[in-house]
Amino acid sequence: METYARSASTYDVLRAHGVDRRRFLKFCTMMAAAMGLDATVVPQIVEALETKPRLPVIWLHGLECTCCSESFIRSSHPIAQDVILNMISLDYDDTLQAAAGFQAEEIRKKLIKEHPGEYVLAVEGNAPTADGGVYCMVGGDTFLNILRESAENAKAVIAWGSCASNGCVQAAKPNPTGAKPVHELISHKAIINVPGCPPIAEVMTGVLTYILTFGALPDLDRYGRPKMFYGQRIHDKCYRRPFFDAGQFVESWDDDGAKKGWCLYKMGCRGPTTYNSCPTFKWNNGVSYPIGSGHGCIGCSEENFWDNGPFYERLSSIPVPGIESTPDTIGAVAAGAALIGVGAHFISTEARRAAGKKIGSDTKTPDGEGR
Amino acid sequence: MATRVVVDPVTRIEGHLRVEAMLDERGTIKDAMSSGTMWRGLEVILKGRDPRDAWAFTERICGVCTTVHALASVRAVENALSVKVPPNAEIIRNIMFLTQQVQDHVIHFYHLHALDWVDIVSALKADPAATSALAQKVSPSWPLASTGYFKDLATTLTKFVQSGQLGIFQNAYWGHPAYKLPPEANLMAVAHYLEALKWQKEIIKIHTIFGGKNPHPNYLVGGMASAISMQSDNAINMERLNYVKGLIQDAMAVVENMYIPDLLAVASFYPEWTQIGGGLGNYMVYGDVPQNGFGDVSQFRMPRGIILNKNLSDVQTLDLADANQVQEQVAHSWYEYPEGKDSLHPWDGVTVPKYSGPKPPYQQLDENAKYSWLKAPRWKGNAMEVGPLARMLVGFATGKTEYKDVVTEALGALKVPPTALFSTLGRTAARGLETRLCVHWLMAEYEKLIANLKAGDSAVADTSRWEPSSWPADAKGYGFTEAPRGALAHWIHIKDTKIENYQIVVPSTWNASPKDGKGQHGAYEAALLNTPMADPKRPLEILRTIHSFDPCLACASHVFGPNGEKLAEIKVR
Repeated sequence: METYARSASTYDVLRAHGVDRRRFLKFCTMMAAAMGLDATVVPQIVEALETKPRLPVIWLHGLECTCCSESFIRSSHPIAQDVILNMISLDYDDTLQAAAGFQAEEIRKKLIKEHPGEYVLAVEGNAPTADGGVYCMVGGDTFLNILRESAENAKAVIAWGSCASNGCVQAAKPNPTGAKPVHELISHKAIINVPGCPPIAEVMTGVLTYILTFGALPDLDRYGRPKMFYGQRIHDKCYRRPFFDAGQFVESWDDDGAKKGWCLYKMGCRGPTTYNSCPTFKWNNGVSYPIGSGHGCIGCSEENFWDNGPFYERLSSIPVPGIESTPDTIGAVAAGAALIGVGAHFISTEARRAAGKKIGSDTKTPDGEGR
Repeated sequence: MATRVVVDPVTRIEGHLRVEAMLDERGTIKDAMSSGTMWRGLEVILKGRDPRDAWAFTERICGVCTTVHALASVRAVENALSVKVPPNAEIIRNIMFLTQQVQDHVIHFYHLHALDWVDIVSALKADPAATSALAQKVSPSWPLASTGYFKDLATTLTKFVQSGQLGIFQNAYWGHPAYKLPPEANLMAVAHYLEALKWQKEIIKIHTIFGGKNPHPNYLVGGMASAISMQSDNAINMERLNYVKGLIQDAMAVVENMYIPDLLAVASFYPEWTQIGGGLGNYMVYGDVPQNGFGDVSQFRMPRGIILNKNLSDVQTLDLADANQVQEQVAHSWYEYPEGKDSLHPWDGVTVPKYSGPKPPYQQLDENAKYSWLKAPRWKGNAMEVGPLARMLVGFATGKTEYKDVVTEALGALKVPPTALFSTLGRTAARGLETRLCVHWLMAEYEKLIANLKAGDSAVADTSRWEPSSWPADAKGYGFTEAPRGALAHWIHIKDTKIENYQIVVPSTWNASPKDGKGQHGAYEAALLNTPMADPKRPLEILRTIHSFDPCLACASHVFGPNGEKLAEIKVR
């Protein structure tokens, strides 16, 4: 990653915050652990944060609900304050920035013009494309134009949440505004999709700190999602999985099974078709996750999840083992769309490799793949 | 010559808002336009779907006031299907609602509104010892107030500024003559900006415990999905309840010992803002926090009522099902109504979008034409303000002791009369005072939950109407709540177990409304009138008044197409 003459490194700023070297090293170790990395990469993280200036970020908001920003500020490790003040330079973010109107737009335009290839574009929400883009306008121009203009000179693009990654709720049928995710509108740029409605806070800060640390995007799957956070099914990591395997299910809300925390598959849980870190990281610093609080997963990080409903209808294509009770017979239905999604997920390692584009550094990734 | 000031984007809000203000030669605002510049079409997306799923869709209208649309939605469906949720579910919903209110109000004050009053650059000049003395005087019970604490912060700030990367603080209005706080008060406020940022992620864990995650916790038609069992480590049990109680106790300390003292301290430096930004003088509250079931409006902790023309001696009632009360107009909105219709009740709501504004990119909108994606809702033809100020005024005017106590105490501390509430600062203060009430109600609701559990009731869901086969072929209902930003209602029509119609009228549509057919301004527009501006190129005064409403534009812009017809025809001129 290039250096910026004008800026101090993350370590410089942390030191100015009264963080001593011991605490700084501890922080780097925790960050590595949070990202699921081996302890051997800690020196790399230390070096990156010691010598690199804060990465400029433009954070745009299109058609969205701001749940991604709200999730982001809930991050516990690192906390949002550390990210915003010490790690990145959040130069444009209309939800948080002090300047408004002309002064706000001036910042964005100047950064694009004067620092091409140096900033990361983070996009929350998506762009309506119907009718010339008039369904979302900022500063008198369409969001579609603003998105394209801001992406043109970006080092890389982060698509926060399901809106930016795959369309989400406004793109659900019949998609009246013609809302399209970022990857359908921007080409020739490295795009990292971080789906979820919203994504887990520590996944968001984990993605950012990974980029800061290694100067590269993490390995992505065929949907452009970081494998480190979206590599496994919720169902395979769910603490209620043993009840599924034992055939013990919640049959009705608030029944005896619900009180005992049995499997929610029959209540429509999308855990079997959803790839996310909810069961491992959990939400809001490990307090719970939807299944842990008695409601099935609605699959919010999967493409078209709004149209794969209704949410309380069980997935018909998931084979259910039966030990202590007999589950409903699984029809000899050809694999449904959900199951196809599951299979496809494991295809094409090559496609994933190709998606993990280098973004301007010779920094080695932790598993040593010279990409 | 008149000057036109354009603020777009209005930042530190949710969604996309544009404000244009026309100034006279002395720099005073003579006319103003509020334009919502986004539209997502959620209601048409809901058509034909399972009503039990509607809460999840509508919750995604807003991730800032997450939870409130889900709540209004499950209530609307339950109202249509005649479901009465168990007392525990109602209490848990109250706890989640109040948690949202407290968290959202604190975030608004510190992270969306404070920088209108607090000059970060001035904070660099503060003396840490004097700041410590000030902090201990303002709030003797708040522990983070030592000289060392403020010295560390001052060093941090200085280095941050010296780094040359000012991030979210760059290019703002620092040094503007309208900033009045001394450096020490500014430094104290910056400290609490950061403390509040750390704390907001804690209180919200209450949502995670009952709803599995935040933003966007889970709700359920008929009750809540989080089963309660004192015999299980896999349900709401003693450990979970203790967790909730601790979070409420911490919230009380933050509100009573940080937020309220800061609010009063900052307000004391801006007495002129009790005379600016009053606006409509019409206030509307649907009410919430039921104590005897959602159907018994008389037993709400937040009372329902209407105040017109600032007349606190006459609180009127309202009826959401009355076709002649809540209506929406489109005279200045980019929609078309059927021939001969100018006002429609949500049950009959029709929205055919038809953009007729200038072709982007554009410099200005035309105040005499259509200029917003928001409709203009009206109550019996009146433009209304909704939100914390409306709620505090209705509570105060109806003589509720709790309301009278906190309002009287604050007015006394600031040495201002009750009329000071009709202002920008009054709106900001009302939000803080409401937070005090809410955080105490939060503990009261928690104690109610414990009492109910001790009485042997652990039910959280009524499943008698869960199966669609148990529903009538045709059913209509409505649900409402008091979102952080004000009165919110959802209307649903269920036909053959599917959503036939879904209509939402949200708080920011009331407040950010454009003019109606009679030329009556919406609440933002009216509040901006007669505001003096010191430097029109740096529109700090506009931001103060607009932010005092806590705008939420993703909520405000929505549409309903009743028959699945082509939704939009665009005329770009």
